[in-house]
Amino acid sequence: MQRFLSRPTVSGWLLASPLTLVLTLFLVLPIVMIVIVSFWQATEFSIVPAFDFENYEFLFGSPVTYKVFLNTFKYAVITWACTLLIGFTVAYFLAFHVRSQTWQIALFLLCTIPFWTSNIIRMISWIPFLGRNGIANSALISAGVIDTPLDWLLYSDFAVILAFVHLYTLFMVVPIFNTMMRIDKSLIEAARDAGATGAQIMWNVIIPLSKPGIMIGTIFVVTLVMGDFITVRFMSGSQSANVGRLISNDIALLQYPSAAATAVVLLATVLIVIGLLLRFVDIRKEL
Amino acid sequence: MEPRPRSFYVLAAFFCLFLLFLYGPTLTIGILSFQGPNGGLTFPMNGVSTHWFFNLFEQQAVGDIWGSFARSLVLGLMVMVTTVVVSVMGGLAFRKRFAGSNVVFYLIITALVIPSILISLGVGLIFSQLGLTVHWATSGFGAQLTWTLPFGLLIMFAVFNRFDKSYEEAARDQGATAWQTLRHVVIPIIAPSLIGVALFGFTLSYDEFARTLLTAGSYNTLPLEIYGMTTNVTSPVLYALGTLTTVFSLFIIAVFLLTARIATRRRSRAGSDAGKGMI
Repeated sequence: MQRFLSRPTVSGWLLASPLTLVLTLFLVLPIVMIVIVSFWQATEFSIVPAFDFENYEFLFGSPVTYKVFLNTFKYAVITWACTLLIGFTVAYFLAFHVRSQTWQIALFLLCTIPFWTSNIIRMISWIPFLGRNGIANSALISAGVIDTPLDWLLYSDFAVILAFVHLYTLFMVVPIFNTMMRIDKSLIEAARDAGATGAQIMWNVIIPLSKPGIMIGTIFVVTLVMGDFITVRFMSGSQSANVGRLISNDIALLQYPSAAATAVVLLATVLIVIGLLLRFVDIRKEL
Repeated sequence: MEPRPRSFYVLAAFFCLFLLFLYGPTLTIGILSFQGPNGGLTFPMNGVSTHWFFNLFEQQAVGDIWGSFARSLVLGLMVMVTTVVVSVMGGLAFRKRFAGSNVVFYLIITALVIPSILISLGVGLIFSQLGLTVHWATSGFGAQLTWTLPFGLLIMFAVFNRFDKSYEEAARDQGATAWQTLRHVVIPIIAPSLIGVALFGFTLSYDEFARTLLTAGSYNTLPLEIYGMTTNVTSPVLYALGTLTTVFSLFIIAVFLLTARIATRRRSRAGSDAGKGMI
């Protein structure tokens, strides 16, 4: 018995059993359930088991679906570009320009603390800034840049992307900083000794070596933006839609089978994107 | 030390702007929550008062702020303890490279990347089809674990990948059992990281919205309550609540970070008996 228990596979599975149990009950089964319900039918008051493709036919037959998916990708790509640019610059500053380790840790913590506070509050906090009579408009008017308040600051695609960048840049900073800290500084010295310019060092040494961090950050940002519904709803004032909002609207109308079908397509899309991204990075090696 | 290049100052300015971008809006609502009783949602300040904070403690027309705060607190602690225990066990399991560990690993990655509304929808559907009532302490608890456990495990992977196995071998050579090695050698060494896992477990649960949306049942958690308020409350009381919860979060973060610091110090003190004169 003792020998049986000490086999790596047996003891490994025993130790992993609570984890596997939670993930089976609250991850695998819900996905299975969503796939099953996506073939069901909805009546006015309830959902009934069935097996037909009506939900999918409706989904793929509606021009709204394509528009909304396109919009979701638009948010993902723009947010990704902004967070990458800002996140890379911040991580680069922390890793290569801050010299003492104490300062590095302190500034890094300062960047990560907002991650542990509420996203909803952080979205609400943009209202006094972007509103019609908000700080941004008053500042622009008193500076003489504009005469009438800008209406597109709050409740617009601009506000949605601003909030995404505000919420998720952290997910770029942390992994990129992490990989940059592992870059051997002597490689940079070697490049400089061999006559490389600053731009060449950046392009041929630092960026290639930071790639794993960039990929992990990309995975985080893209999946968070693609799966979001609350930021888009709140920051666009219900004027824009992404796939997550399509699902949450169906849920609000108790159209669970239709919501499930959209959810299946969204999950498939996200997994395909992740599958493509994972070809560029071996996550298990990077931890 | 060589002089700083000009790029340092440009990047430092950029970094300061980034911090302003991160914290500016939160500071703004912090200031605006002290609006006078007749003040609105934006500047100018119409007098300075603590009116809106007192407003929070009065009987609310809508919702139940303090009840939802208590629920979020209890749920956060439940998720925190579970996340720490399950993550440590999972981390220990993955060191053994057991057959089939790849499947579990990809499940963890899936939990991390799956849109959170899918968890909400799926768990909600399962409970309703089984005839069970959704409740924050059952379905809500499980749904939140699918978000906190991947973070806990990623931290444990990072910790154990850097763990020096010779400490364990030394303990085993001196006759420690597997449990004694774990209890007296491994756990004390990884203790500061466990506080990090606990911080993630608590704060991610305390702030979680999407995964509890359809799984919390008839009693709201705090983020759900706040979200409900955004649609029907248009006074600075919203900012007062936002400021209070943010201050609470910052307090929790400070407690965890300080504890981690103390744990690290204690570890380095206990790790060496140099200078104590014992042979």
